[in-house]
Amino acid sequence: MTTKAGYEQVLDGSDTKVAQFETRRHTVLERVQHILHNNPTFVPVIVLMLSLVAFWIIAGGRFFSAFNLSLITQQVSIIGMLAAAQSLIIITAGIDLSVAAIMILMSVIMGNLAVNMGVPAPLAILAGCLGGMAAGAMNGLLITKIKLPPFITTLGTWSIFFALNLWLSGAQSIRSQDIDKNAELLKFFGNAIKLGGARITFGVILMIVIFVVLWYMLNKTAWGRHVYAIGDDMEAAEMSGIRTERTLVSVYMLAGLVCAIAGWASIGRVGSISPQSFYEGNLQSITAVVIGGISLFGGRGSIMGALFGALIVGVFQSGLRMAGVDVLWQVFAIGWLIIIAVAIDQWIRRVSA
Amino acid sequence: MTPVVSAKGIVKRYGHVTAIDHSDFELLPGEILAVIGDNGAGKSSIVKAICGATTPDEGEILIEGKPVKFSSPIEAREMGIEIVYQNLALSPALSIADNMFTGREIRKPGFLGKFLRMLDKPAMETFAREKLTELGLMTVQSIKQPVETLSGGQRQGVAVARAAAFASKFIIMDEPTAALGVKESRKVLELIKDVRARGIPIILISHNMPHVFEVADRIHIHRLGKRLCIIDPKDYTMSDAVAFMTGAKEPPAQDAA
Repeated sequence: MTTKAGYEQVLDGSDTKVAQFETRRHTVLERVQHILHNNPTFVPVIVLMLSLVAFWIIAGGRFFSAFNLSLITQQVSIIGMLAAAQSLIIITAGIDLSVAAIMILMSVIMGNLAVNMGVPAPLAILAGCLGGMAAGAMNGLLITKIKLPPFITTLGTWSIFFALNLWLSGAQSIRSQDIDKNAELLKFFGNAIKLGGARITFGVILMIVIFVVLWYMLNKTAWGRHVYAIGDDMEAAEMSGIRTERTLVSVYMLAGLVCAIAGWASIGRVGSISPQSFYEGNLQSITAVVIGGISLFGGRGSIMGALFGALIVGVFQSGLRMAGVDVLWQVFAIGWLIIIAVAIDQWIRRVSA
Repeated sequence: MTPVVSAKGIVKRYGHVTAIDHSDFELLPGEILAVIGDNGAGKSSIVKAICGATTPDEGEILIEGKPVKFSSPIEAREMGIEIVYQNLALSPALSIADNMFTGREIRKPGFLGKFLRMLDKPAMETFAREKLTELGLMTVQSIKQPVETLSGGQRQGVAVARAAAFASKFIIMDEPTAALGVKESRKVLELIKDVRARGIPIILISHNMPHVFEVADRIHIHRLGKRLCIIDPKDYTMSDAVAFMTGAKEPPAQDAA
């Protein structure tokens, strides 16, 4: 019964260490590829450092001042939060075109309730946060229950949420003075701490807190491992016992909540509540995520990459502006950044042992 | 001897197609039971019914003498039934340790685990390393390596080790050697025997007759949706088995189901 087939007899003399890990020599490039594969945030961190130094040289000390650097963080704070939400979705191999629409819709709901209808501000904010989760749940349920592709689902809900936002706001902004008078809490994240020349807003601190919390959830909890496994190979995740649908809906709900919180923070950042603001936020959030080295194919990349991605965009815009370059070349540069980032991602994915 | 699994009169229909036609099934303690059959004979259907991937329309399934009704493989898994799928069900970008614990992660004790739900990665890594070492599968330093950097045989090894580590009742293996080379197949066959030596029975679905005849204690031959017969590989040749399986030869009467 245990006789081996004739052709296998020769195996007795063969090397039996099949399942051991080889330690052959790697070229420098292969080693770099390997390191980047294991540490997906290295690329954006290096690019961020290099671009800071480059613009310091090009645009001078005015660029590299505490004031300007803190200004960059303020400018990227809202898109950064949207990018955090977007990262969650993209790690599951999805995409969310509705993040900015959810954010604006929820800021309008908060403003309407607190400023126009006299609801206490904390309740209005809570309502906005619940609304964000509901909007995310809608995306998640359409994707898991009706099996629509995330791209189509969120393309649809983007329009739906944007239309609701125009309807609720009557396409009118809520003025800064009215917010100050009735619901100052809405502008809470516009407050700042002064540190030397730097002005650190609460919004920037909130953005960093959001990233740290989400990083913890993704890397230190079972839920996070499941999110990566789903993005990696949905079928395998299902077979190894992950409740994929439930996890996916929770991801979209969490992203919706982060968008709603970003909506609250955006009131402090902008000063007023405008239904037309951040119209390009969806694509800007995707840009930050991609430049941050998170794979659009899912399952790969660290959420911290999106933070660095957002900062890289901010540094490029600020640096090029200070160097006196026309806005169109800023757009041009961001375009190339996206393409290069995805090309590097493809290269890193081809890693071999 | 109570069978680990015994199924009687299982029926599963998909529209007009009867995938399982009043089939019986029996797995005894400590054995490797090979399930063979032509394409479309329904051998994976019957195994799916046993592990909860599909719910049979009729018939009853007893696990260690107790009737069960699984509605998903997760429920079967909670009872200690592990499945090694043909595509392995591993997440390529996650580490070996992460993969071994997918869906049953260990959390840190105390506040960190209970309220912050923090994973106990060192504990999981130690356990994974122990299990792989027990099965002679790895040098110890690379447990954090992503699965995608492993060879086909190594991945199979991780999947088998995962099953062996958590199975308390039995393991189902679907075509474990189908995607492997000669040398890697050999290693996996040794691994299968190793798992049996630990007292865990195995259901082995395979098309590879030499492999089946080498490791199986009994062979369940499936034909046209039901169990045709069970043969002892010592009493029959591979060509007999193929002949039964394809209907070229009448099955031995005493074993007919």
